[in-house]
Amino acid sequence: MDLRFTDEEIAFRQEVRDFIAKELPAETRERMVAGRSPTKQQVVDWQRKLNARGWAAPEWPKEHGGPGWTLAQRYIFREELQQAPAPSPLGFNINMCGPVIIEFGTEEQKKKYLPRMLNLDDWWCQGFSEPGAGSDLAGLKTRAVREGDHYIVNGQKTWTTLAQHADWIFLLVRTDPNAKKQEGISFLLCDMKTPGITVRPIITIEGGHEVNEVFFDDVKIPAENLVGEENRGWDCAKFLLGNERFGQARVGASRERIRRLKVIAQESMDGGRPLMEDPDFRRKVTEIEVELKALEMTVMRVIATESKRKDKKPDPATSVLKIKGTEIQQMCSELLMKAAGPYAWADGDPDEEEGSNEVDVAPDWAFGLAGVYFNWRKQSIYGGSNEIQRNIMAKAFLGL
Amino acid sequence: MDFDLTEEQRLLQDSVARLLGDKYGFEQRKAYMKSADGWSREVWSQYAELGLLGLPFGEDEGGFGGGPVETLIVAEQIGRYITLEPWMSTVVIGGGFLRHGASQELRNELVPQVASGEMLLAFAQVERQSRYDLFDVATTAKKDGDGWVINGRKGYVVHGDSADRLIVTARTAGGQRDHKGIGVFLVDAKGPGVERRGYRTVDGQRAAEVEFSGARAVAVLGNPEDGLPLVDQVVDECIAALAGEAVGAMQAAHDMTIDYMKTRQQFGRPIGSFQALQHRAADMLVALEQSRSMSYFAAMSAAERNPAERRKAMAAVKVQIGRSARFVGQQSIQLHGGIAMTIEYAAGHYFKRLTVNDAMFGDADHYVRYLSETGGLVAAA
Repeated sequence: MDLRFTDEEIAFRQEVRDFIAKELPAETRERMVAGRSPTKQQVVDWQRKLNARGWAAPEWPKEHGGPGWTLAQRYIFREELQQAPAPSPLGFNINMCGPVIIEFGTEEQKKKYLPRMLNLDDWWCQGFSEPGAGSDLAGLKTRAVREGDHYIVNGQKTWTTLAQHADWIFLLVRTDPNAKKQEGISFLLCDMKTPGITVRPIITIEGGHEVNEVFFDDVKIPAENLVGEENRGWDCAKFLLGNERFGQARVGASRERIRRLKVIAQESMDGGRPLMEDPDFRRKVTEIEVELKALEMTVMRVIATESKRKDKKPDPATSVLKIKGTEIQQMCSELLMKAAGPYAWADGDPDEEEGSNEVDVAPDWAFGLAGVYFNWRKQSIYGGSNEIQRNIMAKAFLGL
Repeated sequence: MDFDLTEEQRLLQDSVARLLGDKYGFEQRKAYMKSADGWSREVWSQYAELGLLGLPFGEDEGGFGGGPVETLIVAEQIGRYITLEPWMSTVVIGGGFLRHGASQELRNELVPQVASGEMLLAFAQVERQSRYDLFDVATTAKKDGDGWVINGRKGYVVHGDSADRLIVTARTAGGQRDHKGIGVFLVDAKGPGVERRGYRTVDGQRAAEVEFSGARAVAVLGNPEDGLPLVDQVVDECIAALAGEAVGAMQAAHDMTIDYMKTRQQFGRPIGSFQALQHRAADMLVALEQSRSMSYFAAMSAAERNPAERRKAMAAVKVQIGRSARFVGQQSIQLHGGIAMTIEYAAGHYFKRLTVNDAMFGDADHYVRYLSETGGLVAAA
């Protein structure tokens, strides 16, 4: 048992850190430090810088443009991006659709889509959830009927994150309504410019436009855009949902938030002294730091066992990552909001460029913290709600 | 980064698990508890044979040559069976003081006796007013010729009743709560000026209230004018071992609970089929796995050279494991229902040990305060 990073890994961390320090635009970083999401253009520019360096897709195999890193290197890379903070490689491209195409796609599909994904020439979005299929994803109803060389798709997707930016969508559709629910599903790729697609914004509680409804009305998708076999799309979905085992822990992101929290709590006054000097507040921060340390060690365990694992059976520690990772991030967002005190309450979507309440009504450091708190309640819902995670744990690991 | 055990470590784990599996059934444990010592001399001699009593000492001095990971391995098994022998007191704490504080001569004399099981040690540190502060020492040590004379009273001296030697913190200079002026002394437990009253603790272990009136120290451990860093170091190593013990006990309590949920029938089906209980069991597993991770962090940090960093790491370990032990302990009783309230059922005994384990050398609340006062784990940016 040796629980330290190797010298090579430590040197690699420095290399990543230096790269970020040199290449990350200050505006992108400042925007993210303030708790706001990077703009589309900032994400695209950064992804292209990473791509130029060969780092656009940490998890992809070398032959498809990945850097050929070990699990530890991938973890270090992502942790450094989160801590900087810098945008992560676009998840829809790099961690969702890309790996599915690499695993199940044809040679033509790989050639056509992967390089454009790496360079963010195409922004992808995910068409999985539907109004009637959330946690019970396999209950989806969007129908695709084969007609000659095409599928004709009708139905509705929802919670489609950043569909307003997207050039392409990957989606699950029902191709056999008579089969058992998991067995009649297919995985399709669709150009967002195809006639019959309508994107409608969903404004979330903090006022931001992040998610959308996407309607399909007799949308013609070429049959060559089917990934894998018809009616075997559930295999792709399971692969996609299961292949990123430590992505939801976001240890680096929480560490960055705690750092920020300590800065803000030093600025914010309470009882005639900085809030950070209040023993009760400090203890709350400490409790989170401890949870985060334990989570970090759990991530290390997952990395160490994953890199040796031959079967694909999940480790009980992996389920901890989603639950604890999201709980910790939510606690950070709550303490950040509380630290701002009354100055947390100026409303306005932190991601809106125009028309928001961003005037001199509050100190810069306080702006948008409440919005992030409200927005981050999503974390324990998406990606398999934390209750679904507990169901999985009870069944898969405890045999209940 | 590698979390796998070496072949030797696996052998160690297997041999301890085999011994305790054989010797530490619930009924056997009850019998040991009722015996005169309150634990088993037979099991103790088998510990010696397996090398567990010489675990942290170098092979050149007749020890096993183990480090923090070996200690963690043994501690976890000890937690699984909530054993009663004075291993923590003698080997982890006593061994720690011998390794870090004893003269070569004293080591030569005592290490072979500890490793063979003839010499039992106990740590006399707690006082009425000290609570969890290691530096709060009213017991005095006065220079007398070339020796030291101890006066004062120590409480909750774990396994103090059967110990051959007591390791005593005593003030050589300064005020009661000064960090400087604390010495660590080895005292013959059966010698003049030492009066012991042994008692059983709620977790089935033994402890003693010890009165020192003019007791002469047989040796000094470390610097008698500035022994607190030594105490901190040994206690930190013990905290790492306690973390392992807690993980073993939590694992056993959790396993027991899951088994019960699969067999206990109510409303015509196993209670484990109810989602409210499944989710609680899942949360227990989260707490257990986070604790296991933290026990590795503890083993890793036990050898940290910077004392301030080491203390902070162990504080974090105490917080996380203490909170988890409380949750897993309480919920293992709750999910069982009434059966776990009986003294004839094992779950309650794990719960009691986990409760005491949290409080040893300071509970989670104590260390949240400590950590929050020392800047926490993440630097501001």
